Amino acid sequence: MNWSLFFGELVSGLTLGSIYALIALGYTMVYGILKLLNFAHGDVYMVGAFVGFFVLQWLGGALSPAVTGWLVVAIMFVVGMLACGLLGVGIERFAYRPLRNAPRIAPLISALGVSIFLQNSALLLWGPQFRSYDTFDLVGVKSYHIGNNFFISNLQILTIAVSIGLTIVLALVVSRTRTGKAMRATSFDRDAAEMMGISIDRVISFTFFLGSALAAAGGIMFGLVFGQIFSLMGFTAGLKGFTAAVVGGIGSIPGAVLGGFLIGLTEAFATGYLPGGSVYANLYVFALLIGMFLIRPSGLLGSPVIQKV
Amino acid sequence: MSSLGGGPPLDEGDLPVAIPEPVDPADVARSGVGTDEWVARVDERRAAQTGISGLIARTWERTPAFGRLVILLGPFAIFPFITNEGNLYRYGLITIIYALLAMGLNVVVGFAGLLDLGYVAFFGFGAYLYGIMASGHSGHHLQAEIAIPIVVVSTALLGLLLGLTSWRLLGDYLAIVTLFFLQAFVIFVNNANGGLNDFSYPFVGKVDLTGGANGLDQIDPFNFFGFHITTTRGYYFYTLIALALLMVMLYFVNGSRTGRAWRALREDPLAAEVMSTPVNRLKLLAFMFGAGVAGFSGTIFGAVQSGAFPGDYDVGLLITIYAIVILGGLGSIGGVVVGALVVNGAPELLRSSSNARFLFYGVLLVALFAALKPWYKAVIVLVGTIAFGFAVHGIASAVWSRGTAGHISGAGNFGKALEHWVLLPTNPSSIAGWSYFALICAALVLTLVSGWWRVAVLIPTFYLAAFVWENKLVEQVAGATRLILLGALLVVIMNVRPSGIFGTSRVEIV
Amino acid sequence: MPLLELRDVSKAFGGLQVTDHLTFHVDEGEIVSLIGPNGAGKTTVFNLITGIFHVDSGEIVFEGEKVSGLAPHKITDRGIARTFQTLRLFLNMTVLENVMAAEYGHTKATVLEAMLQLPRSRREEKRIRQLAEEKLAFFGQRLAGYRHDQQAYSLSYANRRRLEIARAMATNARLLLLDEPAAGMNPHETHEITELIGKLRDEAGYSILVIEHDMHVVEGISDRVVALDHGVKIAEGSFDQVATNEKVVEAYLGLHTAATK
Repeated sequence: MNWSLFFGELVSGLTLGSIYALIALGYTMVYGILKLLNFAHGDVYMVGAFVGFFVLQWLGGALSPAVTGWLVVAIMFVVGMLACGLLGVGIERFAYRPLRNAPRIAPLISALGVSIFLQNSALLLWGPQFRSYDTFDLVGVKSYHIGNNFFISNLQILTIAVSIGLTIVLALVVSRTRTGKAMRATSFDRDAAEMMGISIDRVISFTFFLGSALAAAGGIMFGLVFGQIFSLMGFTAGLKGFTAAVVGGIGSIPGAVLGGFLIGLTEAFATGYLPGGSVYANLYVFALLIGMFLIRPSGLLGSPVIQKV
Repeated sequence: MSSLGGGPPLDEGDLPVAIPEPVDPADVARSGVGTDEWVARVDERRAAQTGISGLIARTWERTPAFGRLVILLGPFAIFPFITNEGNLYRYGLITIIYALLAMGLNVVVGFAGLLDLGYVAFFGFGAYLYGIMASGHSGHHLQAEIAIPIVVVSTALLGLLLGLTSWRLLGDYLAIVTLFFLQAFVIFVNNANGGLNDFSYPFVGKVDLTGGANGLDQIDPFNFFGFHITTTRGYYFYTLIALALLMVMLYFVNGSRTGRAWRALREDPLAAEVMSTPVNRLKLLAFMFGAGVAGFSGTIFGAVQSGAFPGDYDVGLLITIYAIVILGGLGSIGGVVVGALVVNGAPELLRSSSNARFLFYGVLLVALFAALKPWYKAVIVLVGTIAFGFAVHGIASAVWSRGTAGHISGAGNFGKALEHWVLLPTNPSSIAGWSYFALICAALVLTLVSGWWRVAVLIPTFYLAAFVWENKLVEQVAGATRLILLGALLVVIMNVRPSGIFGTSRVEIV
Repeated sequence: MPLLELRDVSKAFGGLQVTDHLTFHVDEGEIVSLIGPNGAGKTTVFNLITGIFHVDSGEIVFEGEKVSGLAPHKITDRGIARTFQTLRLFLNMTVLENVMAAEYGHTKATVLEAMLQLPRSRREEKRIRQLAEEKLAFFGQRLAGYRHDQQAYSLSYANRRRLEIARAMATNARLLLLDEPAAGMNPHETHEITELIGKLRDEAGYSILVIEHDMHVVEGISDRVVALDHGVKIAEGSFDQVATNEKVVEAYLGLHTAATK
């Protein structure tokens, strides 16, 4: 038993999974409130990664930063999350809000359109080539180990920690604050919530802001850990993020995180152990999705939907 | 009045109002305002447009179905005789192949209301399977009359398999599953070339099925009982006839029990099921039908290109076909043809940047005069934009020399005139990004304001648009720009007219 | 043998028992009314009979054969059709198409036959249309000829209710489940509906199970009345028997009123 490989894939999977979890959270919240598959969400993640990149360049670049390493990273996060939060709000305001009472397919098509628009705008403005964060020296990557087989870097620990931390913050916001309560009410019964005096528009905008900010955090995290970003990275990441949300139970916050880790681990272990490896890893994730739909359509932690007739 | 079951008989006096006499339709037609009939016709009156478009719409409604078919496809039949082969291929053949493909999607999405985001995988499957059966690459050379039916049936079966995942699935989940299926298909054909990736199939070992990333080449032209189709014109008429036949058949299906069942399924799946419609079976049927049509179109595409290449069957094509169906109106058979013409014709025009330039400014002009009424507002905007541009250009050339040093090539005198109007910095990259962002913001603001504010904002917005176009968009006209416009188009159409050009506006159970 | 029988049917959603060991029956040619306060589980009973929900325990028997556990469209094929409390018409289809759509279950022509306009498809289409027009004619001038090609969403409320009944009739059912057919109607529309339900039984031979709140209607149509409260049958009998039953009064009006009656 090759423990070194096992632990390597385990850590890899958890790291990747925590990024998927951040994306999944945005999907699950928006679907819970609007019953909308926000196809553009993955591309918001990509924009976040690029914003982080440009902030980095603006601060002097990874090699000659204007301020110390971790401060640079902090600024990247703040600016990126803010910018993408606003982007998400803008997308909702112009592409989805007018379609709240349109046929179900209309916002889905609109979301598709936004996704294509974002992807190709990025392609047009920033080109198809990969951009390197080059931040390993900047943040001082260190590798820790337990015994001879278990290795983990501080960056990977940070990724998992940030992901879980943000999830906890989100869960607290949703369960303890008034706005969070409003969000839960809206996702349960929109019309009733409106009649209780909740401003639906504001609640939905806030949801999009949160979800998009988390996606941006995921994108920047990806750049820091994996080093390279590119215009089309949002597409597959978005797909997997949505798979994670569904597998974990759409509408459930802990479910999104659980799903994220599950998908990440599947991808990592498939790459390491199964034939066809990295090339076919996505297919294995797909198989997991199909399996989940057949066995338990409401996901691991989701509640079955009862239709009132 | 009698009573029913138990209970005392009812008296005339029990009721506060008298029961009305049955309504005579002749009376109703004579009277008008306020009667049942008049109230019920309110939608007709609202929908009836005035002027020329109204006249066209009403004439169209009155044309019998067969006449409409002739009107729609007639120009296509004449087209090969008035143009050269290159144009026939680009503007004609590809358009009708896409129309054929979109017809199938129209059944799945428009008739049955299922969001299938993996549809083009069936298209690719058709092309590849035909290639496996009839190409120099694979070594088999089955004749078309055998290969094509096999492909259609196989693709339909594949559709059945995929459709089985839609059993009891909500529409949204179906979308994701099918999208993933498309990804799986692309990965598969990119790698099933037997050996380069160290992947071997059980029993068969390393087999080169699809040629991998290089594609499956040397696909045979169609060979029907010894008769080969080798010219563009040949394929064109073959496809056109197939399209016409399909449209006729779909017209019949629409008026049949299956068509009604699909529409009921789209309207309200629960109610449909309780009204004796086996919903899941019909979903599968729609999937299979669409897949079969896609497979059939795939054989044509493969033969025409003499090859099947992975890059052709990806999300880009999916968006294009969806745009065709949505633009034309979900469920509208004729609309698909118009949609194909618009969605394929326009970007083809965009391929050369000088054509694209004319199209761009042309569209802006048309949009301006169509959207701003009365006409003098549009003229004000036009004149204002030109003046604004010259002013800005004048100031810039005095103050910022590098801002106006660029050139527009290939557009003749128009281009030269533009050089004096649009800012063309020598190094546009950084400013182009911000101005693109500014343009999007300006466009969004336009949707929020109205009246004279709108006129005022339009002027710098148009100038900005021209700036962004000349400095950025025109570079990538065949690739990213086309998709940017398509994406924006989808969002705009959904906002303005969710049912598409030819779709009738729908009432939804909210 | 009764036409429809519910034997000891129970259904719970999570912790809430919506139907509790419910037993009642409908005989052929009968009109039975199902009454009870809101939340008593009446529509749930309809959903259980039509297969939208599955029973947790007990069984539902129609014409001697078990139907609980079958898919909804199969139950409809057996001969049970319903209307909905909140109308569920196919709004973007015409009046005639709504009714024709319900005939899917007893027709056979396949997609292929329709595409090629083979004789069976054409013959069936004619029959489908004829049957639909017959069912619509049952409603007299209300849903008469000129209405047939209008979109369902342009109908008035009362006409929509009638259309739903016509649609249910087109399935060639023998038992109709009408869920609050008089809801939202003014007095003379209510009277028309009451007469209509009688016509359905007397002229068209349907057996009918009705959920209704308007006691005038219930009184006017019922052969028997079954009263539910919190998923449990609390009374059964003729209208007079049930209306004066203590438990029924209590369920509707509360304990104090029952005591003072």
